[in-house]
Amino acid sequence: MIKTDIIIVGAGPVGLFAVFEAGLMKLRCHLIDAIPQAGGQLSEIYPKKPIYDIPGYPSVLAGELVDKLMEQAEPFKPGFTLGERAETIEKQEDGTFIVTTARGTQHHAPVVMIAGGLGSFEPRKPLIENLSDYENKGVNYIVKDPEQYEGQEIVISGGGDSALDWAVYFAERNGFVHLVHRSDRFRAHKDSVGKAFELEEAGKLKMYTFSEVKGLEGNQDLERVVIESKTEKTTINTKLWFPLFGLSPKLGPIGDWGLEIEKNAIVVDTFDYQTNRPGIFAVGDVNTYPGKLKLILCGFHEATLAVQTAYKIINPDKKFTLKYTTVQGVQGFE
Amino acid sequence: MSDITIKVTDRSGKEHELLAPTDMNMNLMELCKSYELPVEGVCGGMAMCASCQVYVHTDQHFGERNDDEEAMLDEAYYVQDNSRLGCQIHLTTDLEGMRVELAPESP
Repeated sequence: MIKTDIIIVGAGPVGLFAVFEAGLMKLRCHLIDAIPQAGGQLSEIYPKKPIYDIPGYPSVLAGELVDKLMEQAEPFKPGFTLGERAETIEKQEDGTFIVTTARGTQHHAPVVMIAGGLGSFEPRKPLIENLSDYENKGVNYIVKDPEQYEGQEIVISGGGDSALDWAVYFAERNGFVHLVHRSDRFRAHKDSVGKAFELEEAGKLKMYTFSEVKGLEGNQDLERVVIESKTEKTTINTKLWFPLFGLSPKLGPIGDWGLEIEKNAIVVDTFDYQTNRPGIFAVGDVNTYPGKLKLILCGFHEATLAVQTAYKIINPDKKFTLKYTTVQGVQGFE
Repeated sequence: MSDITIKVTDRSGKEHELLAPTDMNMNLMELCKSYELPVEGVCGGMAMCASCQVYVHTDQHFGERNDDEEAMLDEAYYVQDNSRLGCQIHLTTDLEGMRVELAPESP
């Protein structure tokens, strides 16, 4: 069981900055995120896009902002549970909370701060009727422990970097890859697309453009995949299909935590951004209130105010005096 | 005055007549949001989510799909030949009288 002062659900920019503000008040934090890296939407969707409205930065690339926020939080030694979505929250008798992830990892703290943004990133699933019959029985949305799939005949769908990179990876390692895409235009890097064409020439990969996987067959596990274009239908004998269509955010389990939700966002009190459940706060894009703007800089402010009340909850007998960083500096944790 | 009228059919079949300014650097996604139509605009207008997908039912001449839009529509749900991303349609006087329909939400 991971014990900390504040459990932060979501390791995006606002969650990361909350670590810093909490650290100034000597509170420790542990962040949970469904994707395997910190940075939220910034690292997942637009790492190379410049942002122009971060105070002090006329222009900063999203990915660079994440790096800076990690650097700012580092003295306060945050813990991270990455690649695991927060699923349940249970209030204990003493008012503290246990947050458990999809992998069963448990976290215990007196305060929970939800900085979930637009929700956890979930794979876009293809619209096939019997899809759920084969999920985890041949159909996988992420490639984990790729060694287990090497040397096999597999089908990959998608036109982005994920699909192309994995297609090239497996084709280069004694496997045969059927790469299926809805058009003949790929969103992926030109180099990856080029490599895929080369592998096709070398007989290690086959490209199906203007095609889609339309059917899945198999007794219990996946045994066959049916690829269709406007003119042809091809059945491939394979045990593995990776639909790699990118991720899209969904509010997910947070919607079942007994919080007041309005239009996929958590209603909060603007005094301290606490939700209707004492001890649970919501900051950043995930919250809503009259006048709310979904800006990173607003989330920064909200996290700072939320941390003040978090301090009072955790240290009910202590009085806190605001000390400016210009006066006290940044005293990191050991 | 350079306002134009655009008709948008929502997902319950109801047609809304929207008055759109053409001098505020707005796109169709932002227009729909300003009228509180159920267009999420999850990615803020970067052609990265397809939550603003519309079917264009009239023939006005305006820009073709750009590369980012094509790439996004390649991976979106319920795409048809007349699909466009609302966030990539700039509001200009050329769009006067346009009729569009909101595409179903992603599952």
